[in-house]
Amino acid sequence: MSFSRPHNGILLITVAGEWRLRREIPSTDEVIKEIEAGPQVQQVTFDAQELKVWDSSLLTFIIKVIDLCSGRNIAVERQGLPLGIQRLLDLASSVPERKGARRETSRIPFLERIGNSAVALWRSNLDLLEFIGEVLVALARMLSGKARYRRADLFLVMQDCGAQALPIVSLISILVGLILAFIGAIQLKIFGAQIYVASLVGIGMVRALAAIMTGIIMAGRTGASFAAQLGTMQVNEEIDALKTFGISPVEFLVLPRMLALFFMMPLLTLYADLMGILGGMLIGVSMLNLNFMEYYTKTREAVSLNDFWVGIFSAAVFGVLVALAACLRGIRCGRSASAVGEATTSAVVSGIVSIIVAMAIITVVCHVLNI
Amino acid sequence: MEKTVPHILVRGLTMAYGDFLIQRDLTFTINRGDIFIVMGGSGCGKSTLLRHLVGLQRPAKGELLYGDVSFWDADPEERERIMMNFGILYQSGALWSSLTLGENVALPLQQYTNLSSDEIREVVALKLSLVGLSGFEEYYPSEISGGMKKRAGLARAMALDPDILFLDEPSSGLDPISAYQLDELILELRESLGATVVIVTHELASIFAVGNNSVFLDIEAKTMIAAGDPKRLLLQEKDSRIINFLTRGKGLQRE
Repeated sequence: MSFSRPHNGILLITVAGEWRLRREIPSTDEVIKEIEAGPQVQQVTFDAQELKVWDSSLLTFIIKVIDLCSGRNIAVERQGLPLGIQRLLDLASSVPERKGARRETSRIPFLERIGNSAVALWRSNLDLLEFIGEVLVALARMLSGKARYRRADLFLVMQDCGAQALPIVSLISILVGLILAFIGAIQLKIFGAQIYVASLVGIGMVRALAAIMTGIIMAGRTGASFAAQLGTMQVNEEIDALKTFGISPVEFLVLPRMLALFFMMPLLTLYADLMGILGGMLIGVSMLNLNFMEYYTKTREAVSLNDFWVGIFSAAVFGVLVALAACLRGIRCGRSASAVGEATTSAVVSGIVSIIVAMAIITVVCHVLNI
Repeated sequence: MEKTVPHILVRGLTMAYGDFLIQRDLTFTINRGDIFIVMGGSGCGKSTLLRHLVGLQRPAKGELLYGDVSFWDADPEERERIMMNFGILYQSGALWSSLTLGENVALPLQQYTNLSSDEIREVVALKLSLVGLSGFEEYYPSEISGGMKKRAGLARAMALDPDILFLDEPSSGLDPISAYQLDELILELRESLGATVVIVTHELASIFAVGNNSVFLDIEAKTMIAAGDPKRLLLQEKDSRIINFLTRGKGLQRE
C-alpha cells in the first residue's frame, strides 16, 4: 500500500500485491496519518492496477476507509477498485442495519449483578416449589389411577437404574468397605481390638455409607442421564408435543423416573450393604487374621435392625431427591445444546448436594430421637 | 360459496416474551374448513403465533376464542377438551425419540380412546399409509430422514382425527416433489375430514396452492398488515412489503 497526491486535494491510495486474511492486514491508521499529514484532502481514490489477489481483508479495509472519510467529509471515489469489490460494497451497504438488532454489550454494575442473582435465586426457589407441587399432584393422580404414563417405561427405567447399576455399585461399595476396614484396623490394632473392625464397617456401611455412596453413584449415572434425556426432549419440542396432546410431562416422564429411583435405591443400598461388609471382611480375614465366622458373628452383633432401617429410609429419600433434581433441570432446560449440558451438570451437582444435606438432617433427627 | 362459520377468533392478541414485544393487536378470524396461512418474513413471530394458537403460551393481552369459548377464561378441563381437537405438526417433527413411529402414532390413541390394541394397530397402519409410510411402524425417529419425520409427525397429528390441524413449516426441508405431495395431502385431508388447517409457511407455491385465507405479520410494524385470501392479496394489495413477499422480491427489482 502506498499513497500519492496526483492533484491538489486528492489522495490516491495504491493497493498492490496479495491481500489475504491470513496475512497481515495494513491498518487504517496509516491512512489517517496520511490524511492528516498533508494539505486538506477532499477526495480519496484508489488504484488497484497492481493488485494480484484479494479477499475480505481488502473489503473490510476499504469499508473502514469509507467510514473514516465520511466522518471527515471526504468523498470516496471507488472507480479504481476491481468490479467485484465494488459490487460487494454495494451489497454490504444495501440492507441497512435493523434497528435494535445490535445487542448492547454494556457492563452491568456490580450491585445490579448481585441484585439480579438474588432475584434469580428467589425465582428458582419458587420454581422448585412449583415443580414439587406438580409432582405431588401427579402422584395423587397416579394413586387414584388417573395418571397417564406407560407401564413399559417404568420397567425400562427401573432396569436401567437398578440392575444395570449393579457392577458399579459392587465395585464402589467393596472398595469403601475395604478402605473403612483398613483405616479402622490401623487404629484398633493399637488396642488389640481388631475384631471391632467388623462393627465399624458393619454399622458405617449399613447406617450411612452404603446409602450415600449409592446415592452419589445414582446422581452421577442416572441423574445425569435423566436430565440429558428430558433436556434433549425439550430441545426437540417433544415435551411441547406431549403437552398439546394433553399428556402432562410430569406424569408421563417424571413420575416413572421418580418411582423407579424410589424403588431401586433401597434395593441397591441393601446390595451395597452386603458388598461393603464383604469388603471389610476381606481385610479382616487377610490382614488382621480374624476368623471368617468370628467376623460374621461380630457384624451380626453390632448391626441392629434400626441401623438397617435408617439406611434403607435414607436411600429412598435420596432416590426421590436425585430424580427430582434431575427431572427439574431437564424439564426446565433451555432450547440449545449448551443448555442441555448445563442442565446435566446442575442436575448432578444439586443431586449430590441434596443427598449430603438430607443425610445430615436425617443423622441429626435420628440422634435427637435416639434411633 | 359455502357458509362460513368462525372456528377460531383472535381478538387484540399481543404476544411478548417478558418485556420483548413480538407482535401486537392481532385480530383475525379462521373459519371452519379454511386453509389458513400465517405469512411473514423470518423472525416476525409466526411460530410464536402458532404456539399461542395451540395454547402452549399465554397471550400478554387479548383473547382467543374457539367456537364461542374463550380459551384462557375456560377452566382447565374445558381447555383440555379444546386441545384434544388439535393436531399439531412441529417444525422439527418433534416425534418422541424413545418410541417407534408406530408407538408415536399409537400413544394419543391409547390415551384418549378405548380401542383394543389390535384396533389401534389398524388405525396406526392406516394413518401411516396416508402419509406414505406403510410398514415403517417399527422404525425409530433417528433412523429415518427429515422428510419422513415430517410425514410421520403429520400422521401423529392426525391420529385423533382432529378438528384443527396446525402445521409449522410443513414443507421446509422437503424436495419440491415431496412438498407438492404434502400440499395435495393437506387438501385431500381437508376435503375428507372437513378439518380446519392452519399453516405457518413462507413457501410461495404452497401458499397459493392450498391457502384460502391468511394473515400477514410484519416484523417492523410488529403487527399484522394484511389478511384474507393470498391470491386476492397478490392481485389487489398495494403495500410493497406484501407484494414483494408474494412475488419473491420481484417488486424490489422493479424499484
